[in-house]
Amino acid sequence: MKIIDKKQLAPEIVRFIVEAPQIAKKAQPGHFIILRYKENGERIPLTIADYNREKGTITLVCQGIGKSTYEINRMEVGDSFLDLLGPLGKAYPIKKLGTVVCVAGGLGVAPLYPKAKALYEAGNRIISLIGAQRKELLIMTEEMAAISAEIHFSTDDGSFGHHGFITEPLRQVLAREKVDEVVAVGPVPMMASAVKVAREFNVPVVVSLNALMVDGTGMCGGCRVTVGGETKFCCVDGPTFDGAAVDFQELLMRQRYYQEQEKEAFYRCKLEEAGQE
Amino acid sequence: MRQQMPKQDPAVRRTNFDEVALGFTAEQALAEAKRCLNCKKPLCVQGCPVEIDIPQFITLLVAGKPDQALAKIKEKNSLPAICGRVCPQENQCEKQCVLGRKGEPVAIGALERYCADWGRANQAVESTGDPAGAVKEKVAVVGSGPAGLTAAADLALMGYQVTLFESLHAPGGVLRYGIPEFRLPKAIVDYEVGNLTKLGVEIKTNVLVGQTVTIDELFALGYEAVFIGTGAGLPYFLQIPGENLNGVYSANEFLTRVNLMKAYLFPEYDTPIRIGKRVAVVGAGNVAMDAARTALRLGAETVSIVYRRSRAEMPARREEIENAEEEGVVFRLLTNPVRLEGDERGNLTTMVCQKMALGEPDASGRRRPVPIPGSEEELPVDTVIVAVGQGPNPILLQATTGLALNKRGYIEVDPETMMTSIPGVFAGGDIVTGAATVIAAMGAGKKAARAIDRYLAAKKEAGK
Ligand SMILES: Cc1cc2nc3c(=O)[nH]c(=O)nc-3n(C[C@H](O)[C@H](O)[C@H](O)COP(=O)(O)OP(=O)(O)OC[C@H]3O[C@@H](n4cnc5c(N)ncnc54)[C@H](O)[C@@H]3O)c2cc1C
Ligand SMILES: Cc1cc2nc3c(=O)[nH]c(=O)nc-3n(C[C@H](O)[C@H](O)[C@H](O)COP(=O)(O)OP(=O)(O)OC[C@H]3O[C@@H](n4cnc5c(N)ncnc54)[C@H](O)[C@@H]3O)c2cc1C
Ligand code: SF4
Ligand code: FES
Repeated sequence: MKIIDKKQLAPEIVRFIVEAPQIAKKAQPGHFIILRYKENGERIPLTIADYNREKGTITLVCQGIGKSTYEINRMEVGDSFLDLLGPLGKAYPIKKLGTVVCVAGGLGVAPLYPKAKALYEAGNRIISLIGAQRKELLIMTEEMAAISAEIHFSTDDGSFGHHGFITEPLRQVLAREKVDEVVAVGPVPMMASAVKVAREFNVPVVVSLNALMVDGTGMCGGCRVTVGGETKFCCVDGPTFDGAAVDFQELLMRQRYYQEQEKEAFYRCKLEEAGQE
Repeated sequence: MRQQMPKQDPAVRRTNFDEVALGFTAEQALAEAKRCLNCKKPLCVQGCPVEIDIPQFITLLVAGKPDQALAKIKEKNSLPAICGRVCPQENQCEKQCVLGRKGEPVAIGALERYCADWGRANQAVESTGDPAGAVKEKVAVVGSGPAGLTAAADLALMGYQVTLFESLHAPGGVLRYGIPEFRLPKAIVDYEVGNLTKLGVEIKTNVLVGQTVTIDELFALGYEAVFIGTGAGLPYFLQIPGENLNGVYSANEFLTRVNLMKAYLFPEYDTPIRIGKRVAVVGAGNVAMDAARTALRLGAETVSIVYRRSRAEMPARREEIENAEEEGVVFRLLTNPVRLEGDERGNLTTMVCQKMALGEPDASGRRRPVPIPGSEEELPVDTVIVAVGQGPNPILLQATTGLALNKRGYIEVDPETMMTSIPGVFAGGDIVTGAATVIAAMGAGKKAARAIDRYLAAKKEAGK
């Protein structure tokens, strides 16, 4: 659970390499972990962005968007997480399909990478489409390029690559050639639009959902999502699901339930930090 | 006359998370103990799932030997401070007590609690075992609820090298994440877990067996036997429209946020909980009472229990129903939710209910509730907590090939040996019986420990 390497990938996006031999041994693409970094901390789910079974390490990429993730990003090499549970969730089955388009929005590259890499190693031709708000928030581009036959970028502000959303390059690729599967990971609205585009072209699309979670073991039901009209527990049945069947509207609303409280906690945490300086 | 245990005043206690029942004073304990007739054929013992020698421990208490009284209890029950607080004595020992025929039974549960609390206050270290002497085989215990805790303790006392695996970050099972602080202080759970460590049991939290490590791998790691005590932790929902609206919690989630994650101390603790002004809890078991009383303490203005049968069928312990009532929980009986409605942001606003009447008895022997046509009513709500039961968590069961389950999805065991369909793998507690009681889980843990001992002894014998 000790952090053995830390690298700032972009503003408020940090990559950690963590000692976790037992988890590394079992990790597969699609798996995630839950960690607590201090005694009164929340249980925070993060995707296993890579793993090295020989070295017994896993890679986590964390974006500081609230109090907990902000504080995690302030941990240093040599520090240890208090608790680390995993691997959790169902592994994403890796098959040789042909051509797979991997679409990532923002931090979504991190959870997407292990799937893309495994698909590549299984002999698939990978076309990667990576979007972010602006150039400096594009992460893991080299890793993705290394496994991609083709890679395109987009930024919301036009500072790099296509100016606009990543769904536009997706539409171009799907219009241009036969694709066997789309894998989309990112913010909910981005996954929802990627699904919409993929469905227009009748291409199967899988997504990775990040419902709010508590235990991550199927014990609380807080992570429930509606897939194909049925209630599923994201932590046990997912987090990878058939995108065409997901109720994204519900997911978005459920993710926002604690927004006010979380904002207040984050504000206080920043105030305290400012007070210490 | 039966002594009444002092309690916090309802108006005060509904605003704090401190323990409600305060325990007997020494005088009260003595007076109550003296009521026992010390029967030759004590019926109370027959009512006790682990057959504590009740008249014997009470006699020792009368004799002014609480240490020996406690030792007597501990011969059969390793968690008396917990059982004294949460056992449904009114259905067990106290139900059978002869004094109950004409008047009120001896307050056996309160006396058990008294002895245990005396021990915690007055006995510095309990050294019942000799950890250094652990020389027998390695045994793995999966799940740290009452079943796992008991099995681990008993096996350690027999000299086995025991490792206890728990998926959450803190051991205790329902005792930790389910039953609230005001009914079972977590310091008591910590104390019992501490005793386990003293016996030499190694506790590994954050291990989800089935995912982090499989049962097969445990054997490969040198464990000679495995006990599964993973409980019935999967929350059931109502399967009605609107159940995924914001503000609808399973009791498990609600209680876990509060008990395990200490959301009631937010923002000092980081996990949030949102409690509205109007809370409805669906169900009428212990879980529902705990959720309702927790909601009050979090500041809800009105908390109602919504239950489709009548008062007589409510499965919760009598004491807890009374406590809830005293604290101001409203009971809406013969009322069944049919639909939940929300606003444009997906936040819950209304529970639509139907009135019920009791019809013919059903399979459970209780009268079946039938809807009264045209009786729909709207209940404005901000929070709904669903407490209609739990099932078996599928993770370990699906990951373990060859593990036979019964029709309801629980693990099948040989009732004599507690062994599952896989040789060397034993199971007990809620994962075998379905949601039951702390004492039943404890009893199963004890029985399994003895069975594992016999199994490993026989195996060793055969190997010679
Ligand atoms: C299976 C899974 C895998 C994940 N993988 C990663 C990962 O690899 N890297 C990473 O940085 N994050 C990941 N997340 C999201 C991460 O867990 C949350 O960002 C984190 O819990 C937020 O905690 P916080 O206290 O910092 O922010 P909070 O203060 O809790 O939240 C800040 C804001 O973000 C929103 N929010 C909180 N949680 C989520 C969520 N799960 N999804 C969308 N919005 C949310 C809140 O509504 C709030 O407005 C994953 C989540 C899941 C469920
Ligand atoms: C809110 C509530 C109130 C209750 N009140 C009472 C009461 O007043 N009196 C009473 O007698 N009973 C009560 N009960 C019932 C009682 O608590 C249970 O019957 C009892 O705890 C069952 O014990 P167990 O050891 O079988 O399982 P549990 O206590 O459920 O413990 C199982 C443990 O196993 C862990 N686990 C699960 N799967 C895995 C895995 N794959 N790997 C590792 N660990 C795993 C879980 O995290 C958990 O910690 C209550 C239950 C609840 C939920
Ligand atoms: S039945 Fe009642 S009176 Fe008789 S021994 Fe038991 S507790 Fe005492
Ligand atoms: S996070 Fe609790 S059931 Fe999924």
